[in-house]
Amino acid sequence: MESHSTYVPKSGFAKWFESRLPVAGLVHSSFIAFPVPRNLNYFWTFGAILMFMLIAQIVTGIVLVMHYTPEATKAFASVEHIMRDVNYGWLLRYLHANGASMFFIAVYIHIARGLYYGSYKAPREVLWILGVIIFLLMMATAFMGYVLPWGQMSFWGATVITNLFGAFPVIGDPIVTWLWGGYAVDNPTLNRFFSLHYLLPFMILGVVVLHVWALHHVGQNNPTGVEVKSVKKDTLPFTPYATVKDAFAVVCFFIFFAWFVFYIPNYLGHADNYIEANAAVTPAHIVPEWYFLPFYAILRAIPSKLGGVIAMFGSIAILAFLPWLDTSRVRSSTYRPLYKQFFWVFIACVIGLGYLGGAPAEGGYVIAARILTAYYFAHFLIVLPLLGLFETPKPLPNSIAESVLDGHGHGGPALATGATAAPDRKS
Amino acid sequence: MRRGAKVADAATTQEPTRRDFLYIATGAVGAIGLAAVAWPLVRQMSPSADVVAAGAPVEFDLTPVPEGQIVKLFWRGKLIFIRHRTQKEIADAQGVQLGSLPDPQPDSARVKDGKAQWLVVYGNCTHLGCVPLGQQGPYGGWFCPCHGSVFDTSGRIRQGPAPTNLPVPPYTFVSDTKILIGGGAAA
Repeated sequence: MESHSTYVPKSGFAKWFESRLPVAGLVHSSFIAFPVPRNLNYFWTFGAILMFMLIAQIVTGIVLVMHYTPEATKAFASVEHIMRDVNYGWLLRYLHANGASMFFIAVYIHIARGLYYGSYKAPREVLWILGVIIFLLMMATAFMGYVLPWGQMSFWGATVITNLFGAFPVIGDPIVTWLWGGYAVDNPTLNRFFSLHYLLPFMILGVVVLHVWALHHVGQNNPTGVEVKSVKKDTLPFTPYATVKDAFAVVCFFIFFAWFVFYIPNYLGHADNYIEANAAVTPAHIVPEWYFLPFYAILRAIPSKLGGVIAMFGSIAILAFLPWLDTSRVRSSTYRPLYKQFFWVFIACVIGLGYLGGAPAEGGYVIAARILTAYYFAHFLIVLPLLGLFETPKPLPNSIAESVLDGHGHGGPALATGATAAPDRKS
Repeated sequence: MRRGAKVADAATTQEPTRRDFLYIATGAVGAIGLAAVAWPLVRQMSPSADVVAAGAPVEFDLTPVPEGQIVKLFWRGKLIFIRHRTQKEIADAQGVQLGSLPDPQPDSARVKDGKAQWLVVYGNCTHLGCVPLGQQGPYGGWFCPCHGSVFDTSGRIRQGPAPTNLPVPPYTFVSDTKILIGGGAAA
């Protein structure tokens, strides 16, 4: 992509180094001169927030491993040891446990942003699919991490989720035994989950690099969904504009995060997980962590084991096909009057599924979950393909700059400031 | 220059070159090597020797179990229910129309001959592995609190998402009041 400036090494050492490893130039073009659409709103800061959450989780996680024992008879006690004996262990564990929830809050907002502004449409399909892969890896990581404290919810969550794979005919049981390394969830299961829980975040980091690379290759979407036409008029350099905005949003998000950690650290957890794992007793009401509830509701809504498992995995896999299911060429909901309404109906549907996933699987709850599950899939398979054919979009602005001028009426000075602050040295 | 021309031709001429041979030989050894390494990497996940060895048969004395009680024990790390059934529970289990069951199986096939009062079944729901609660649900058998599966007094699935009956582990009566779970001959 065309850029606002080019890195020019000044000192002798910088020149010597840049000709051998041009990393400073890469950083400059990616995070200093990178052109950012000038109309981005705060929903575009969640990428940076997620990057910080990933780093926070990796740092707290590596430190927790220094005190944790991945062994079935000692794991629960070692977590209590972290909470009571390790210096600031309570803080590190609460940061890590609540960090997972914060990570999912941020990723759900990030995904919803993409859905609302059509960020998955050409040429951003690969960028979007990489995001779906990151989401799947996050879910696997969060699930395995939740098993490690070896409480009742850990144990029974692991039992229920691994049993999902037993739904496949013939190969199901051997697969489950293979996953467990035994005939029930036990120490071998805990050990391998620990190993994978440590590995997966680094795989996420790898896919995040590809995600950012793809983003920087095709450029960011923006609230109008209109592509950048003139780097000079439509965009600003990443630094200082996006850097400061992202940093401000990260700080605000961390205040929210800190509020959970310091005031309600167990609000999103389950009391049952402070009881050590017991293979003979299942807690009366077992539910996954809040971020899995909509998918859990879909699993329970289908009155067949295999069907439920397929529907649950399908509900995530279908996201990867979204760029081709949405037939409208207009990206942003701002110019799609019907899609805008269906978007909010869909969000309400997912929140409803989340509520039902936490409710007991009986009576009216099951019926409601079935209706919402049907709607969830209908949104992707019926509503989106048809909307593109029948919806009349509003006229699009000719450019990002024009939409900024129309929207605020004082775009002139803003444009001028942008231009002075960011002289377009390349063109 | 002459060698270069020859390499460029290699793909199209019939005459195999030394490089073709090396390419195919290396590729074949590489593929076999990859498969040879992949298998141990996959197999290490399966139950280890000590986990399998923990599946040695266990004896259980039935005398302390009064009528109407369910006891839990572990074999191979798996939970097992031993239920001393009452006359009514046996009659309920035997009096069911098999056609009405999701997984039809007569009660007689789930207990040992002449020992209809003793029901021995695995204690994890066949849906997703939770432990069902005994003497609960509309059939007085088991009720699984996780996803609402209902089992009768023979451990057969009657309602809910579980696809099959609670399986019967392999066991034999070694005496009138003692069973051996995991004994080879029985199933």
